[in-house]
Amino acid sequence: MKDYADLLLLLVAVSNLYIVATSRLNSCVRASAIQGAALALLPLVLWTSGFNVQLFHLAVICAGTLAIKAIVIPILVSRAIREANVRREVDPSVSLHSSVLLAGLLMGISFWMSTVLVLPRPAPTMLLVPVAFATLLTGFLVLISRRQAITHVIGYLLIENGVFIFGQTLAREVPFAVELGILLDLLVGIFVMGIAINHISREFDHIDTELLSTLKD
Amino acid sequence: MVFAVLVAFPALLGLVALYTRNVRVALTLLLVGASLHLLATGWLWTIPAGLELSWMFKLDVLGLLFLTLTSILFLAASLYSIPYLMHGTHGEQAAPHRFVPCLLWFLSCMSLVATTQHLALMWAAVEGTTLASAPLVYFYRRKSALEAAWKYLLLCSVGIALALLGTFFLGIAATASSQTHAGLSLSSLMSVAPTMAKPWLKAAFVLALVGYGTKMGLAPMHTWLPDTHSQAPSPVSALLSGALLNCAFLAILRFYQICIASGDAAFARTLLITMGIISIAVACAFMVRQRDYKRLFAYSSIENMGIMALGVGLGGMAVYGAMFHAVSHSVCKAGLFFVAGNVLREFGTTRVSDVRGLIQRLPVSGVLLTILMLAIGGAPPFGLFWSEFIIFQTAIGSHPWLGVVFVTLLAIAFLGMGGVLLPMLQGSSASPVQNRKESTLSVVTPLAMACGVLALGVYLPPVLSDLLHRAAGLLGG
Amino acid sequence: MLEIVIHIALLILFPPLVLGVINKTKSWFAGRNGPPLLQAYFDIAKLLRKGAVYSRTTSWVFRAGPIVSLGSILCAGLILPLASNVAPLGFTGDVILFAYLLGLSRFFTMAAALDTGSAFEGMGASREAAFAVPAEPALFLSLAIVCIPAKAASFQAAWSALPWALWGGAHPAYLAAAIALFAVMLAENSRIPVDDPNTHLELTMIHEVMVLDHSGPDFAFILYGSAVKLFVIAALLVHVLLPIPEHLGWTGVALLCLGEAALAILIGVVESTVARLRLTRVPQFLIGASVLAGIGLAIALYRGTA
Repeated sequence: MKDYADLLLLLVAVSNLYIVATSRLNSCVRASAIQGAALALLPLVLWTSGFNVQLFHLAVICAGTLAIKAIVIPILVSRAIREANVRREVDPSVSLHSSVLLAGLLMGISFWMSTVLVLPRPAPTMLLVPVAFATLLTGFLVLISRRQAITHVIGYLLIENGVFIFGQTLAREVPFAVELGILLDLLVGIFVMGIAINHISREFDHIDTELLSTLKD
Repeated sequence: MVFAVLVAFPALLGLVALYTRNVRVALTLLLVGASLHLLATGWLWTIPAGLELSWMFKLDVLGLLFLTLTSILFLAASLYSIPYLMHGTHGEQAAPHRFVPCLLWFLSCMSLVATTQHLALMWAAVEGTTLASAPLVYFYRRKSALEAAWKYLLLCSVGIALALLGTFFLGIAATASSQTHAGLSLSSLMSVAPTMAKPWLKAAFVLALVGYGTKMGLAPMHTWLPDTHSQAPSPVSALLSGALLNCAFLAILRFYQICIASGDAAFARTLLITMGIISIAVACAFMVRQRDYKRLFAYSSIENMGIMALGVGLGGMAVYGAMFHAVSHSVCKAGLFFVAGNVLREFGTTRVSDVRGLIQRLPVSGVLLTILMLAIGGAPPFGLFWSEFIIFQTAIGSHPWLGVVFVTLLAIAFLGMGGVLLPMLQGSSASPVQNRKESTLSVVTPLAMACGVLALGVYLPPVLSDLLHRAAGLLGG
Repeated sequence: MLEIVIHIALLILFPPLVLGVINKTKSWFAGRNGPPLLQAYFDIAKLLRKGAVYSRTTSWVFRAGPIVSLGSILCAGLILPLASNVAPLGFTGDVILFAYLLGLSRFFTMAAALDTGSAFEGMGASREAAFAVPAEPALFLSLAIVCIPAKAASFQAAWSALPWALWGGAHPAYLAAAIALFAVMLAENSRIPVDDPNTHLELTMIHEVMVLDHSGPDFAFILYGSAVKLFVIAALLVHVLLPIPEHLGWTGVALLCLGEAALAILIGVVESTVARLRLTRVPQFLIGASVLAGIGLAIALYRGTA
């Protein structure tokens, strides 16, 4: 089973790339939903074989992740897109070609970082740490290089996903109530952001965050 | 039971308040929650050796200190909110029915931060404070408030995500040492700290400092803070400045405790000192000739957070100074924001140049503003003078140049603040005087805060001083 | 000896059939009967019987273009193993030569297009060159991934060292290489979403516009050359997904044919369901493939060292 973890992680890496490369907002959301589904399967694939697994715990985590990251949040975000009358194209401040190249570069950096910061105990699979770093860094890339509020939410999601993958190295140490709490926080966070986006689009006509720059010294 | 009153009860009251349309009922709920919270906190003071309920709730002196601050400030802010909501001039677009529930949830999350020692749970609580307070920032339904709320939400969420990564890194560092799983609770992490994987521990502290530091308002990540504090309603600004920033600081201190336990705190201390000095310097640069008095107070908060980080980083007596500073600053800054609320209600603007003749139009608030301004600037005999003096002494002792830089920056901040605020007090205002009497509640709370900060400077009760010493002891002071 | 004969026979006889399968698939999706499976053979035979027309402004480059192009593709087909893991002309380093032979063929097609002096064909050549640049790294990086287990730049070594790639699920690097190679295959053979082999709309043509002035046998060579190119790259992909071992004899041939047919159907499905990319998006598609192949290479190296 563990062998398939690497394939899931490759899927995560490819969806990172796709989110950076696509020019359509809806494709971004769809790719993040796919990524969420891959992440939900990840603990299942990683931990069903091996030492004392609590199957119930595992099932709850997977179901919760799947429901929140792959279904509820994408629906919330795409509803925000629909209701806020957002322009359907992403508005990058760095051209899409260079963002793809940058994402590739970040991937390389992630592999390098994972050779510098070596896990004290070997990771369940080789790709876990590099892909976690890459997802995190890609999230920052999206956050910095896109101008719309919606894409910022997607960047935040990517960062959270990167952290989630890191969390897999600790799956045995963290009680599951905490994991669910973290998921819930994420969900509420996105919900509040969605509301905010609605308000922003109503107040400002559209949601390029460059308009949100009146407050400064 | 007591934890239920501290954490669950406010949350429940918040739910009830969500479904009341009547402002009076909602305010009653708010006051009930705040008073019970303070009572419970007071009861906790009577237990000398901390309290441990389960893996979720555990209280030590550090938590008790910050819990008490939160509790007192919250009661004050609730009292201050009464005139604010009942006959405030918050315009037609405000949304008062969201105000009380969010405020109560905010309290619940902050209490959880102070009473838990499970790092992941603490993370969830800190994120909860962001989510509960974002609607409060958007209380005035206008563009600038929305912008502030969005920046607050996004920047803090991203910062907090990094803090979660830091928490995980800490867990990873702990896997190096033990055969048994250490979990993410503070005590077990501290017990395995000496054998942790050092690179991961360091990375964890850096991420926590950056992540929670965003929330605390440390310098390069502070950009949301002035916007948010200037756009939020004044009682909320007071809570954000006086209680929330402290909670974020507490989260950083938890990581610092682990660094101390690992026996390799020099690295963490250098980082704290650096961030502290940068914060103070950046805040000073923006305080001089500031055009908006609420932003001025916000930058002053950044400065004081920098002072606290510096104090903890310096170690020794300065840690005690930092704890003392946290107490004095919270009380003083809350008072300042309450006064700022009075000024804003009277003049309808936060622009310094539009506020003139404050002493004539609002005599009590004017006097209070003068007193609190002296206090926050660090003039004797107020509490902040002593805390800053202790930190300065330690700094001069260990790094003389640092002490000189520190005291120079403090002087700049004091003069800058005076230069902005004094013209507001004098002169005569162009607009006609409305002759509205200042409502009692709106001046009683800042008056109490001013008395408090004065009392802290004149006579420090041995109970409090003992608590501060014990808290500092946890942080290597 | 027999193997060589089979190899050459496969290489020479089969390619137009692949085109037939693609067209049948597309017709099936569109609900038509479509041209017969062997239509490409008929086209080529018809063109071979005709005479060629040469413009007075063209030089020998124009005449050499189709021949050199077809010749280099056939050479590439000779160094790539088809029905087993050995090729008639295989040697150490043939992987590099393979990539360059593909490049040579493209270069001569472009040179012949430029030689006509027509702005129209020049535009096609410029597009071809512009899209070849981002496709090249994808091809090279994928080949590098494939060669890593063998630590040798030869197809024979690589194919024999390649584990039963995807079927263990343990080799995301090969999956990345396969996806990148599939993208390269679509781009190199002017398929949707990069180019449309059926279009004659001047704004969007890439490959077709370059060969407009060729006629008669020259055009037959070009048609045949592109069929061989598709066949060869598809064979490469088949080997990545399903390395055919030595001495399988006719089973190997059957495996190859099955693989080629599956890929042809896949191409047909892609062409029927996916929209063509805007011209400005094409480089992005190919850069994406290159980055993916880069990720695959990183994975392969990382797993190799760790």
